[in-house]
Amino acid sequence: MHSPGPLTEENQIKFLRMKPGYGEILLTEGDPRVNEDEELLIAEFRRQLEEGMWAAVPTEQPDGRREALLVRDYAEIPLQAERVIFFPRAAGG
Amino acid sequence: MLLALIALALVAAALGAPLVVRCARRWIGRFTHRRTGAPPTAAYDPGRERRAEQRARQLLRSCVNDVEWAMYRDLGFIRVAGRKARSGRRAQDAPDAPPSYAYLVYPLKPIVAYVPSTGRLLSEYCVEFPDVTGGGATRLPPSDDVLAKWMALTSDESRVIGSANMHLVGRQLDPARVRRDLWRLSEWERRGEGASASLRDRPPA
Repeated sequence: MHSPGPLTEENQIKFLRMKPGYGEILLTEGDPRVNEDEELLIAEFRRQLEEGMWAAVPTEQPDGRREALLVRDYAEIPLQAERVIFFPRAAGG
Repeated sequence: MLLALIALALVAAALGAPLVVRCARRWIGRFTHRRTGAPPTAAYDPGRERRAEQRARQLLRSCVNDVEWAMYRDLGFIRVAGRKARSGRRAQDAPDAPPSYAYLVYPLKPIVAYVPSTGRLLSEYCVEFPDVTGGGATRLPPSDDVLAKWMALTSDESRVIGSANMHLVGRQLDPARVRRDLWRLSEWERRGEGASASLRDRPPA
């Protein structure tokens, strides 16, 4: 779980989901260090994974390289993450 | 005089007929709907897919670096370096060396693996991200499809490649077109558009 710290707007995290015909939609957002928010975030995270989604956090390295981190559990979300993107899991085409 | 009036009436009838038919169809449709109680079909919105794609492009742009975004904007695909050295040697052992293999990520088309140093095409990986949770469309907007592939490849390459159907290049993509895209990419980089792309695309240390 996330460690407590000063409450600022920067601690807000957004859960986005790619949707056919829409682009991304905002599922929920909140501060992971606020209990009520965290419960909602955890519930939404589980719901998305149960629906078969993959969850990824876009990251940026100090050298400017960008990549994503696939997270399989809510606790794996990095503390500094601003958003988690849910997208349908890969299937052979 | 009478003949002229009859001719005029016939012309007016011919001109007005489409309008009358259209009104009649609308009225019949409304009447039928009221009788059956069937819900009216949702009006077709031709701008919906376009707006979805615009949103998807913004999301993609916010996730990839400037060079990758410029590559996608200018060329229509993104190159992602392979994370594993094919010979068993980790790619980061030689940080200045180009990756031993890379992928071309196209929207709504297979991922192509190739050797950057020689341009040799290795294989195409047919992979989709179908959203089967809704009742309607299952296909993501093109730029969301690219972002999904990019996120999957940069985070867990083995997983997405393992999910894909692998074929020799040519099953869905024209090899000549892919080679032309590689040439376009090299020209694009030679012009300096992607000067730092090769550095930023290195596998993680």
